[in-house]
Amino acid sequence: MATRPVSEKELIARFGPHLNQAPPGGWNAGLEIDREVDTHCCFCGQQCGIRLKVRDNEVVGFEPRYDFPFNEGKLCPKGVKRYLQGSHPDRLLDPVERDPSAPGGFRPVDWEHAMSRTTSEIQRIQGAYGKDSFAVLSGVSLTNEKSYLMGKFARLGLQTANLDYNGRLCMVSAGVANKRALGIDRASNPWSDIPLADVIFVAGANVAECAPITTMYIWRARDRGAKLIVADPRVTPLARTADVFLGLRPGTDSALMGTILNVLVQNDWVDHEFIEQHTVRFEEAIEAVSGYTPEWGAEVTGVPADRIVEAARLWGTSATGMLLHARGIEHHTKGVENVWSCINLGLATGKYGKPGCGVTTITGQGNGQGGREQGHKCDQLPGNRDIENPDHRAAVAEVWGCDVDEIPGKGLTAQEIVDAIHDGEIKGLLSICFNPLVSLPDTKHTAEALEKLEYYVAVDFFLNETAQYADVVLAGSLHEEDEGTTTSVEGRTIKINAAIDPPGNARRDWEIIIELAERLGRGKYFPFRSTKEIFDELRAASHGGTADYYGMTWERIEEEQGIFWPCPQEGHPGTPRLYEGGRFYTEDGRARFTPVEFRPPAEVVDDEYPTWLTTGRVISQYLSGTQTRRIGPLVEQYPEPLCEMHPRLAEQLGVETGDFVTVTSRRGSMRLPARVVATIRPDTVFIPYHWPGDRAANQLTNRALDPYSKIPEFKVSAVRVTKADGHVEVRDRRVHTLEEDHQGTSAGRRRSGLPPLLQTPTQGGETGR
Amino acid sequence: MKPFAGDQIFVMDHSRCIGCEACVQACEECGTHRGQSLIHLEYVDRDVATQTAPQVCMHCENPTCAQVCPADAIKQNEDGVVQSALKPRCIGCSNCVLACPFGVPKYFARADQMMKCDNCYDRTSVGLKPMCASVCPSQALWYGTEEEFAATRSGELVFEFRFGHQVVPTKVGVVVHDAGLGPVDVSGTGPAADWRDDPFGLESAS
Repeated sequence: MATRPVSEKELIARFGPHLNQAPPGGWNAGLEIDREVDTHCCFCGQQCGIRLKVRDNEVVGFEPRYDFPFNEGKLCPKGVKRYLQGSHPDRLLDPVERDPSAPGGFRPVDWEHAMSRTTSEIQRIQGAYGKDSFAVLSGVSLTNEKSYLMGKFARLGLQTANLDYNGRLCMVSAGVANKRALGIDRASNPWSDIPLADVIFVAGANVAECAPITTMYIWRARDRGAKLIVADPRVTPLARTADVFLGLRPGTDSALMGTILNVLVQNDWVDHEFIEQHTVRFEEAIEAVSGYTPEWGAEVTGVPADRIVEAARLWGTSATGMLLHARGIEHHTKGVENVWSCINLGLATGKYGKPGCGVTTITGQGNGQGGREQGHKCDQLPGNRDIENPDHRAAVAEVWGCDVDEIPGKGLTAQEIVDAIHDGEIKGLLSICFNPLVSLPDTKHTAEALEKLEYYVAVDFFLNETAQYADVVLAGSLHEEDEGTTTSVEGRTIKINAAIDPPGNARRDWEIIIELAERLGRGKYFPFRSTKEIFDELRAASHGGTADYYGMTWERIEEEQGIFWPCPQEGHPGTPRLYEGGRFYTEDGRARFTPVEFRPPAEVVDDEYPTWLTTGRVISQYLSGTQTRRIGPLVEQYPEPLCEMHPRLAEQLGVETGDFVTVTSRRGSMRLPARVVATIRPDTVFIPYHWPGDRAANQLTNRALDPYSKIPEFKVSAVRVTKADGHVEVRDRRVHTLEEDHQGTSAGRRRSGLPPLLQTPTQGGETGR
Repeated sequence: MKPFAGDQIFVMDHSRCIGCEACVQACEECGTHRGQSLIHLEYVDRDVATQTAPQVCMHCENPTCAQVCPADAIKQNEDGVVQSALKPRCIGCSNCVLACPFGVPKYFARADQMMKCDNCYDRTSVGLKPMCASVCPSQALWYGTEEEFAATRSGELVFEFRFGHQVVPTKVGVVVHDAGLGPVDVSGTGPAADWRDDPFGLESAS
C-alpha cells in the first residue's frame, strides 16, 4: 500500500525542498572551469539556448548563448538560476525504498533490489488484475527520445493501454482543436513571424511570466508600430502596455471570441477570398454567433462593448496579425472550443500561412511540443499518429517489429488514470517526470488515490511530493546529465547536450527503463545502447506521420540551430511556417471553421461560493516546483502563494495586503496572505499553483474535464473568501514573515525548507535586494 | 554623450520592463561582484499597476557619488565607467548612497564597503554585453551601438537629467516615447491608454 512513510516534516527534513543558494564551492570558489557545454534551458517550452560551465563533473555557472537564434542570450530568472538545480543536497544518489524506520522514511537500496522488486510487483499486479491494471504517468520535460521510449515501454514493455502524461495539463486543448480544424498539431509560425505582425492579440497568456522571451518578439513588432490586444482577467505585466485591454470574466473566452467574429462579419472585416478558397463551414460558424452583439458580449464577459468592437476592428483591418493563446483559454471544460473560437478569427481574416500571420498556442512545458508527438499520450503513437487508426498502428508495428495486435488500444487520460486508481481499477503505477499531487486539481482526491495503490514506483532525481507515496524511487537523471533532442514552442527540434554524468549511483532515465523492459522479458524491443539510437528509431517511426522527423539527424540539428518539423526527407529544409499558400493538413487541404456557441464553465458562482477563482503561474517557479522550489534565489523571488484580489473585494471582506484569508471551494480550503491589487477583476481572485500541501491552490480546483481534450478546468472555480487570523508583511511579491506569524498547524511546515534570508537579510545591513 | 568602449551604449526603456528579475538574478553572476546583485528593480506602485522600474548605474560624466566621497574612493576609468568604492579607501560612510540622484550605490555592512553597478566591466572591457542587458527578456535593458538602436528600436534617447539646479549628463540613456511632452510617463507607450484608468470598465458599469 502506498502511503507516506513518515510525517511531512520528517520527509522534508531529509529530502527537502532545501535551497541551493550558490554554485558548488560557493561564490568565491573561483571561475576556473573544465569546459563549457552549449545546451538549452530545461524550464518551459521556449527552450532558450544556454551555455553551462562545468568543473569536476559539476555545473558551476552559465554564460548567455548569444549564438542561438531564438533567444540570442536572453534568459528569464529561471534560466539564469537553472544551474543551481545540480549539486543539490536533496539529490537522490541511490534508489530508495519506503522504510518508516529510516531517516525521512526511505532507505537507500541497491539497484538489483529495487529493480527486481519492481519487476516482480509489476508481474504480480498484472497477473492478478490484467495488463491494464498497471499504469504509467509520464511527463514532457523529458526529451523526445525519452518520450518515445516511455510510449514504447508502456505499450510493448508493460503492455498496458494506460499511459498518459502531464502534457494533459498543458496544451492538449490546442492540440485537439488544431488537429481537427487544421489537420496538424503545431505552432503555426516560427517566432520570427511575430515582429512582422501589425496586430498582436494575446488571449489567456501571461507572456511576461510564463513565456518571457516572447515579450521581446512582441516588442519588436511594437517598435514597428504594431497594436497589442490582451484578453485576461488580470492586467498582467504585458497587458499593462496593451492598446486594448479586454479584462474578461473567467470562463467567458468563447463568448468574447464569438462576439469578435460576429463584429468582423457585421462590418465585413473578413477575407472572402481566403474563406472561399481555403476553408469550409464558414456559414455554420457565423450562424452560431449571429446573436452575439457587442452588448451581449459585454454582458457575458464583463468587457465594455466598445473595447470588443475596437479589438475586432484592429484584428480585422490589419493586413497582418498573430493571435497567441495559452493555458488561460485552454484550461477549461471548453478549452477546445475556446481554441476553435480563436482559429475562427484567424480563418475569417485570412491570417494563416503568411509572414506575420498565424494563430498559435504558446506551449508551456519544456518539451511540450515534442513530447506529445512521440507517442506517450494515451491516444497517440509516434509521429503524432492516432492509436485507433489501423493504418497508423500498422506503420508503427512495422518499425517496432511487433504484431499490430501487440500494441494496446487507447487508454485513459491523466486525470482519468488517477480517478481509476481511486476507484480501485488501476492497482500499480510507474511515474516519471510528473508530480500530480501538486499539479492535478482536487489535491485531496489525488492523495486518496495514491494511498490505494498496491505498488508505486517513481523515477526521479528529487523526491517530489507524489513520490513521497512511492514504494520504491529509482534515482534518475537531470536534464544536464543526458543528451537528446526536444522540440520547442516554435516546432523547432533542438539538441540537448550532456554537461555532466549522473552523480552517485543515479542512472540515466532511459537506462533504467530499458533494464526494466529486459527484466520483464521484453528486451528484444529495446536494443538501444544510446539515446542517439533511440532517435534513429524515432525518425523512422515518425516517417509518414504529421510530425515527421525522418529527415533530421542530430548533426544537422546542431549545425542548423534546430530544424522545424515536418522534415520528411533527408536534405529537407524543415518547415518553419505552416499553411503557406493556404494549404492545410486536412484531407482536402482546407481548414475547418467550427461553430462555437458559448456555454458556461462547469462550476459557476452562487450565493454560497460567490467569487471566481483562477489559478496560474509566477515567473520564478516552473510547474509543480520539484526543481525551482529547491533553488534559493528563485524561492526568494516569490516564496509562497498569495491570493490576489481587487480593492473592492478586499474592502467588502475588510482585508488589507498581508492579512490572511481563507479561500474555500467545494473541494477544500486553504489559508494564505492576501495581495490587494487593482490589476485583477473585482469578482475574481488569483492564486498561483506551484506549491504542495496546505499551500496548494489545487486543493480548491475542480476535476471537471473538457470532453475532447480531457484537460481539467484549472482556470475557473467558484470559491468563498473570508478574512482569517494573522498578518504578514508583503512587499511587492515578496513575503516577509516570521514563524510565529503563521498560526495553526501549518506554522512549522511553511517555514521549514525556506532559507534564513526570509527572516533576516543575507547581508547584514544591505540596503538593496 | 560619449559611448562606452567599442561605441556601445547602454539604454533603459522602462515601458518595456516586465519585472521578471532576470537582471537581478544575473547581476550577481558577474565576475567582479559574484554573489552580490547591484542592479535595482522596483515596482512603481504594485497596488495599482504591474509597472516596474530597473535602475543600473547611469555612469554620470561628473559623478555625484565621487564628488561627495570624503575618502576619494570612487573612481572613473578611461571609458567613463564609475567603479565601486575602492576597498582600501572606502570608509563605509554611505555619503554616496544618500547623494546619488538615481539611488544606485549600495552599502554592504559585512564588507563595510559601497558597491555599485560597474557596467559589468569584466565583460564589457573584453567585448561582451553586460549580464543584465544580455539576459533581459523584454530588452528593457539594452546594449549596442546608437546606429543599431536607431535602426531597430522606437523612442528617443535622453542622456541629461535635471535634479533641482543640478544638471546631470550621463553615459547611460533612458528611452522616452513622447519627448517634448513634459514629464516622462513611465507607465507605457501608445495613445490608446484610456483603459488604464479603469482596466475593468467598472466606472462605466456602475
